[in-house]
Amino acid sequence: MSLVQLLFYIMGFIALASALFVAGTKNVVRSIFMFFITLFALAGLYVLALADFVAITQVVIYVGGILVLILFAFMLSGKETLNIIAQQRKQFISLRRLPAFLLAALFFIVLVNMIAKADVNNLYWIKRAADLKNIIQPDAAMTENIGVNLMTNYLLPFEGISILLMVALIGAAHLSRKGRGQ
Amino acid sequence: MISLTDFLMVGAGLFCIGLYMIVSKHNAIQILIGIELILNAAILNLVAFGKYDRINNGGQMFALFAIVLAAATTAVALAIILNVYKQYKTIDPGQVDNLKD
Repeated sequence: MSLVQLLFYIMGFIALASALFVAGTKNVVRSIFMFFITLFALAGLYVLALADFVAITQVVIYVGGILVLILFAFMLSGKETLNIIAQQRKQFISLRRLPAFLLAALFFIVLVNMIAKADVNNLYWIKRAADLKNIIQPDAAMTENIGVNLMTNYLLPFEGISILLMVALIGAAHLSRKGRGQ
Repeated sequence: MISLTDFLMVGAGLFCIGLYMIVSKHNAIQILIGIELILNAAILNLVAFGKYDRINNGGQMFALFAIVLAAATTAVALAIILNVYKQYKTIDPGQVDNLKD
């Protein structure tokens, strides 16, 4: 087993274990902070998939932006949420979680079966990419390629998403304004 | 070399954990975290397949788009959560069962 594979398994284990902790713990603050770990481990997985720019973006946007927003919203929505946690603790034994667990577990079985049957390593276009040397090499600097592609092939999605981001940010600022429309 | 199947397995696990969180949690913020987990599973798959497209780089590009979309979604969703909290004094989606008036 090579070092890369070992790193992959470590990162994957950290990501899955911390995600399980996020799903399982009853302390919301702790689950939010554990979500940090999940996101960092996922950034590590992106690096191992040779997508370093995506990994950096993940760290900057998810960890720097989204998680801070989530923490902010959690702190602003006050101690009522803690009451909800207390109620949850009382009814833990009840069957309310069983359907969710069954749904997730059965869906996981379906997904694993599908992945095993799909045999993605031998897909036609992946083999052709290997033949044409169209695979990203570990020592390649892909950031320049991303920039060039962003301004040529993917210009329309780029502009579309920039407009959408602006609309969403203005909408969020409008929604969270104080004393709105009274 | 790491095979694609390993990436897909990790993605499937993250997806199912996110699904479990969405269905079972009583807190809108935790449901949002579940949605983020699902989005991250999708991004992981995009990135893993994007390795086999060096010239057009489609996988990584759309992973970037998905990350930006996730940021926009989260900003709006958190603004809505704060408004719901102002109105109902709770963010349990099961208790939010009225329209505005």
